[in-house]
Amino acid sequence: MAARVLCGEQDFLPQAVSRPAVPLLPPAERRRCALTVAWALAVAQEAAAQSGLPGERFQVVFASSDGDGDIQHRICSALATPAAEVSPTDFHNSVHNAAPGYWSIGAHSSAPSTALCAYDGSFAAGLLEAACQVNVDARPVLLVAVDLPYPPPLAAHRPVKHGFAAAIALEPGAGLEVALDDGAPSASPLPAFDGNAAAACLPLLAALARSGGAEVRLPMGERVLRVRK
Amino acid sequence: MKPLAVTAYTATTALGRGTGALLEALRSGTSGLKPNDFDRAELRAWIGRVAGLEEQPVSGALADFDCRNNRLARVGLAQDDFLDSVAKAKSKYGPRRIAVLLGTSTSGILRTELAYRSGEFESLNYRTAQNLYSVADFVRRTLGLEGPAMTVATACSSSAKVFASAARYLESGVADAALVGGVDSLCLSTLHGFTSLQLVSDEPCRPFDVRRKGMSIGEAAGFALLEKSDAGISFVGYGESSDAHHMSTPHPEGEGALSAMRQALERAGLEPNAVDYVNAHGTATPSNDRAEDRALMRLFGGRVPVSSTKGWTGHTLGAAGIVEAIVCCLALEHGLIPATLNSSALEPGIQSQVVLGNRSARLRHALTNSFGFGGSNCSLVFAA
Repeated sequence: MAARVLCGEQDFLPQAVSRPAVPLLPPAERRRCALTVAWALAVAQEAAAQSGLPGERFQVVFASSDGDGDIQHRICSALATPAAEVSPTDFHNSVHNAAPGYWSIGAHSSAPSTALCAYDGSFAAGLLEAACQVNVDARPVLLVAVDLPYPPPLAAHRPVKHGFAAAIALEPGAGLEVALDDGAPSASPLPAFDGNAAAACLPLLAALARSGGAEVRLPMGERVLRVRK
Repeated sequence: MKPLAVTAYTATTALGRGTGALLEALRSGTSGLKPNDFDRAELRAWIGRVAGLEEQPVSGALADFDCRNNRLARVGLAQDDFLDSVAKAKSKYGPRRIAVLLGTSTSGILRTELAYRSGEFESLNYRTAQNLYSVADFVRRTLGLEGPAMTVATACSSSAKVFASAARYLESGVADAALVGGVDSLCLSTLHGFTSLQLVSDEPCRPFDVRRKGMSIGEAAGFALLEKSDAGISFVGYGESSDAHHMSTPHPEGEGALSAMRQALERAGLEPNAVDYVNAHGTATPSNDRAEDRALMRLFGGRVPVSSTKGWTGHTLGAAGIVEAIVCCLALEHGLIPATLNSSALEPGIQSQVVLGNRSARLRHALTNSFGFGGSNCSLVFAA
């Protein structure tokens, strides 16, 4: 359905999304993992399945500007109480690399993974890292990007209207070219997601959905990442 | 991989500002750990705190970036003529051809934690002080660098993994040089979080020791400049792996650690017997020390001297990778194998050659391990 929306064949109608099922994880981890992890693993599993390669073959690059706002909120709230007792599960789930950590457990993958942030340029930074890994390590890479709305009071400081997650499977020899450049970023096909750093990939996804090829410019700091496929 | 020259490096830890203070403390066996006096000081712990940050706010054009983490970054950059080295690299390559790749685990979260406590959120600067990118953005702006920049946040392996990313960036031609490093500062989340997992000692940490009771948390900033040449100390290999086992406990046989070390040696084109010193992750938690010892024994069989320097600096979390990479550089440059400070009797079952007193030796290759939550492992090899 997402592909039809991106191709302009169907209108975008925002709707509430319930917590994605995470069949990849054992039941205990399924319950314990954060919402961002559930979103990340849902798209990662779908992209890996579409690629036809077994999940454990992929190196994983996780890109997110904001991490898990619910967990940050719970930890900061707990620290503001006199006892300052933090939930141990919240604490180990608070690391930015929680999603690749749970992925490695669910996919039984000992392949390397990383987690990075470049604020609104996080997706472009993730794509650059993934492209360098494909190029130098010569291994397939799963790039996963997620950002979800923050709860109040932080929502006022980082307003994100809609949640967004996407995963792209990259393989050596797929002919992806990336380079830093100047100029304005490509316009988003779905401006409703503006303000969500992970959704900065939308021009790329739309171009790939329409024609399988792409030449787009994605925001990366004051510059752009030029992407050609 | 093609070796990369480490043309400049600097570290600021609880031992003082700059590598001179670090080397002096390593030589004299002086620990930077002190009883916890951070914030309300309610936790019984020893911490590695950098003195004087409270009096040195970030001011001027980048005042919005003011937070403990960026104060520490600013102080760190000002040591060891590092700013001059960056200026030279800038005129050699141009600011657009130098990447900025930094690790942190908590960035400026302390300000947000204190805002929740006071209820005053008005002055919070999310982008410039809380977001994980804050530190890379602050450093990039401070130095006037315009190459690709990002923060790697993989818990306690963060500032080791930036070396791997830098190697790939330079090999791919994305940049001609890279500023790598990490900054992680004391905050309530990590002090209380590690306490909730019962991993924090109420004494100075004693890695691998029979009396060890857990870790001591520290803070640090460290930076290195990597360039394509083969002069002096060089970065010659990296290895990364995932444990695929548990979010906060390592694989008991050290499976992931072993894989990271093997890959690092393979990329360096070295056999295990070429390694002269290993700076262990050695957090002084039973699960880390036992698993790491297993991995070290499986690869080196007890032949190579191993130490953890966390008794000096504390576990500096997202900065541990860069601090211990710099300890390896100092070890290679000055022929010093540092001891495992605070440790005197090994836990029965630990079989590696854990060094309990400083040694002098001519070293050619040093390997350092960094392992993080989520089973994120990274090993780096440096050569003299």
